Amino acid sequence: MVVQLNEQGLLDWSDWAEALSAELGSPGAAADGSDYYECWLAALEKLLAAQGIVSGSQIGSVAEAWRRAAHATPHGSPILLENDPGPDGETQ
Amino acid sequence: MTHDHDDGHDHDNHMDPMTARVRALETLLSDKGLIDPAAIDAIVDTYQNKIGPRNGARVVARAWSEPDFCEWLKRDATAAIASMGFYGRQGEHMKAVFNTPQEHNLVVCTLCSCYPWSVLGLPPVWYKSPPYRSRAVMEPRSVLAEFGAHLPEDVRIRVWDSTAELRYLVVPMRPEGTDGLTQEQLADLVTRDSMIGTAFAEAPR
Repeated sequence: MVVQLNEQGLLDWSDWAEALSAELGSPGAAADGSDYYECWLAALEKLLAAQGIVSGSQIGSVAEAWRRAAHATPHGSPILLENDPGPDGETQ
Repeated sequence: MTHDHDDGHDHDNHMDPMTARVRALETLLSDKGLIDPAAIDAIVDTYQNKIGPRNGARVVARAWSEPDFCEWLKRDATAAIASMGFYGRQGEHMKAVFNTPQEHNLVVCTLCSCYPWSVLGLPPVWYKSPPYRSRAVMEPRSVLAEFGAHLPEDVRIRVWDSTAELRYLVVPMRPEGTDGLTQEQLADLVTRDSMIGTAFAEAPR
């Protein structure tokens, strides 16, 4: 995803390395590196928000829709965003 | 003793918050036409299955076999490697560092995980771990020993810190007893770790 954003000219690779380094080096980062992907996501979200491409709250609400869609999808079927029953649609 | 698998709801999927946020990002960016999920799959497939340390091994084997190419690789690794069809996607530059009997080279990215993808594929997990990133600089000799690479005391170790713009490829020393080997046979001796500097090239079997 990051590679493609870079190729589309939306993300400069040096900015990206800097943002990722900052997250990995922040005081809250795990010493064993187990949170590498959390840092990766935080860095990407911050860069995209700073450029006004997508905001954290947009991501939050779509992520919530994905979570609901997953919950509404029987095990073994592919999880699709269309399966989201909506904020009031959850049965349990 | 039978389990009823038809009740559906007991087997709902739970998506962890991290996965949900990554999916959400993908959804938002592709809705805006900024990314194409099929293109992402293609990129992932390329780095997982098509590009790997075999690229780097072919570069090293050629440098061992062809003095002219070896000189070119020393002078301008970016161009020499690109001539074999291996390009950095982000336009980063490459530098080849050559091991000698007096000097051993080790590559790290102290700040994140910059890595020469075009010649080595995706980095191993340990390369991204904080212990490796700090200890490779502070105590490279112990780190090497833990990888099973024991260096004589009089061999100097140079540690290279990768950046977004400049990535390093270690050219290990050519093993003894490999005079008659083809480049293909030589490439088989060049492991991923030997090109990061945490190992030596393997001896011929």
